[in-house]
Amino acid sequence: MKLNRRIVMAAAALGLLASASTAAMADIKFGVAAEPYAPYSSKDASGKWVGWEIDLMNALCAQMNEKCELVEVAWDGIIPALTSKQIDVIWSSMSITDERKKTIDFSDMYYNTPSNLIGQKDGDTNISPEHLKGKVVGVQVSTTHERYAQKYFAAAGAEVKTYSTQDEANNDLAAGRVDYVQADSTALDAFLKSDQGKQCCELKGTVPDDISVLGMGVGAGVRKEDTALKEKINAAIAELAKQKKFAEITVNYPELQGILVTPENK
Amino acid sequence: MSFDVFKLIVKSLVVLLLVALLTGIIYWLLKVSQWSWMATYYPLLIRGLWLTLLLWVFSCVLGMILAIPIGLVQVTGPRWLAAIARGFCTVIRGTPLLLQLWLIYYGLGSLFPQLASVFPEFRQDFRWLIRLDAFWYALLAFTLSFAGYEGEIMRGAFLGVPRGELEAARSFGMSPWKVLTRVWFPRAVRLVLPTLAGEVVLQLKATPLAMTVTVMDLAGVVRNRITQDTYIVYEPLMLLAVIYMCLTFLTVWAFSYIEKKVPQKR
Amino acid sequence: MAGQPGFPEILSFGPTGYGDELLFGASVSVAIALLAYALGLIIGVIGAMSKLYGSTLTRTIMQGYTTLVRAVPELILILILYYAGTATLNQLLESSGFSAIAINGFAAAVLVLGFVQGAYSTEVLRAAIQAIPVGQMEAARAYGMSPWLIFRRITLPSMLPYAIPGLANLWLIVTKDTALIAVVGYTELALATRQAAGNTKMYFTFFMAAGLVYLIITLVSQRGFAMLEKRVRRGQRKLT
Repeated sequence: MKLNRRIVMAAAALGLLASASTAAMADIKFGVAAEPYAPYSSKDASGKWVGWEIDLMNALCAQMNEKCELVEVAWDGIIPALTSKQIDVIWSSMSITDERKKTIDFSDMYYNTPSNLIGQKDGDTNISPEHLKGKVVGVQVSTTHERYAQKYFAAAGAEVKTYSTQDEANNDLAAGRVDYVQADSTALDAFLKSDQGKQCCELKGTVPDDISVLGMGVGAGVRKEDTALKEKINAAIAELAKQKKFAEITVNYPELQGILVTPENK
Repeated sequence: MSFDVFKLIVKSLVVLLLVALLTGIIYWLLKVSQWSWMATYYPLLIRGLWLTLLLWVFSCVLGMILAIPIGLVQVTGPRWLAAIARGFCTVIRGTPLLLQLWLIYYGLGSLFPQLASVFPEFRQDFRWLIRLDAFWYALLAFTLSFAGYEGEIMRGAFLGVPRGELEAARSFGMSPWKVLTRVWFPRAVRLVLPTLAGEVVLQLKATPLAMTVTVMDLAGVVRNRITQDTYIVYEPLMLLAVIYMCLTFLTVWAFSYIEKKVPQKR
Repeated sequence: MAGQPGFPEILSFGPTGYGDELLFGASVSVAIALLAYALGLIIGVIGAMSKLYGSTLTRTIMQGYTTLVRAVPELILILILYYAGTATLNQLLESSGFSAIAINGFAAAVLVLGFVQGAYSTEVLRAAIQAIPVGQMEAARAYGMSPWLIFRRITLPSMLPYAIPGLANLWLIVTKDTALIAVVGYTELALATRQAAGNTKMYFTFFMAAGLVYLIITLVSQRGFAMLEKRVRRGQRKLT
């Protein structure tokens, strides 16, 4: 039967399409959130990913002697992307928390920064939860900062608004739709130094630390069963720290100098 | 002979696959899937459902009200007005709703700081506009979208009413307004009823897009709260799919009921 | 604003402009749309044939598929299939002894959108085949034509005039649906636009520019389909 033969052929072609797209299996896939998150990772106007975390990734892969591929994924789906094996490593400024450790595993910390609050320029720097009652705090969804804001500010009567990217939260702060934005201090610093941030906003302060929500620094997320990969990344991070590679990379990012805690200077 | 064998093999393979799939799904539902989060999050889910329904119903009603003049002027209006209406329909139907939504929410938001730098009073005088909840932006975007699609359909419906009926109405001495309200419009509405059901379902299926602009509708609650808080991905999405399926079937059933109640010939 | 590049520069094609990124995004969008559309058509032909001529089993499967897919929002289907689909596939592969494959975003987008399109294509093609006068098929069979020959000579050419408007509509839908892939983080036109807008803070400019690109794609496709329809309708009476 000709018709059936054609159907079989079409099915075979489809299979080929699926398998062709799975080439380059040997590369380790590093998942980066597809959004601007300066100075750690953002796409420049020529379409290249740049930033401190990207430089570190390149150094890490050279140290591990592995070929790495950068894969863009949505931040709010980055853990499912890891568990469904679309990526092998989460390399996207993800803080190591006990809650996340229930689902995935982490390498050792590769950087750490405090969590800050910025807001409209009005000189008022009281950031106690009681003072923020009735105000709107913007955070990026699924971050440690969101957890913190929910635990302290929402509980005290503030409205917590969640955004799928940090950039959108900053944008709505500049627009005046939210009163405060809580996020990583260095990422917020980059925003405050931008034209948009300079006009509207100022630093309000660092929130009191709470390791149970804010975590123990940023690490590479890996699947629980991938212990070999985790050990390999840990060894490479330790070796890079020994070679003072972290400082070498940070030299190119003056805004991070003196603020960033790395395995070298912790 | 060989073809029959081939057919039998394919058939038994399909049955086997189906049985495996069904057992897999049942096993997953009974043994693997977790539903304990329902107890904590059902108030949020109900609020989300309420927002989804509001967005859907109001955008359909308001969009339809807008669509009537948009369709009418394309048939009888002055040339320039007809051109504007046609242009509006083309632009709405030719671009993704997601992009329209982003343009209306983030695009307009990005203009606020610029406006504020030109008119210093803007932040004070238009505080209500700046603080307008994202829901209203979504409602605006969804209304315009529905008006664009329906405007095109109403144009066809107004054209589809037989000329003889309009002439008969006019020869009875009806004023143009009376012809429109008594004959032309009711007949046109009856003509679009079958397509209207499909369009209303399409509008319902577009509502989850609102979650991308911080609206906490049903999909927003699932993706931006439940999944992020609990790291449970598939169960909430399944629930979402089931709720939308029920709403779709209800809508289709309701429209076929109305269609039967409004006979084609009277 | 001092230090910021001006309007024409920002959309230029050089290393300082985002014109080339948008164009690349647009080509990715079109490629996803084309492949998903083709996949949808293949599923559609198989689906329509099995819905019309298949056994009770295949008919039930196809009915379930088209009903389910058309009742659930595309965005939810994409979210479910993008993560659960790939996870299930890998679990199946691993449990049957193969190693897991990494399905890249592009292939996943094509497969998911194609799967959704297939349901709609099935309905469009089924309706078009049903619109063919029964006498034509009976005459062909009376001549002793094989089923494949009937499909090629009778079914395909006579159903096309009925199918083209529906298929044109599906193409316009799939080009716009590619924007939904942005939500799972694969860089096509909509996400490229959002990244560029986020970097430059010129949201309005970039969303307008991307809208224009989508509009051009739509208008060109509409023109193309109108010409195609004219060709397959040759020899038919004009519709009033």
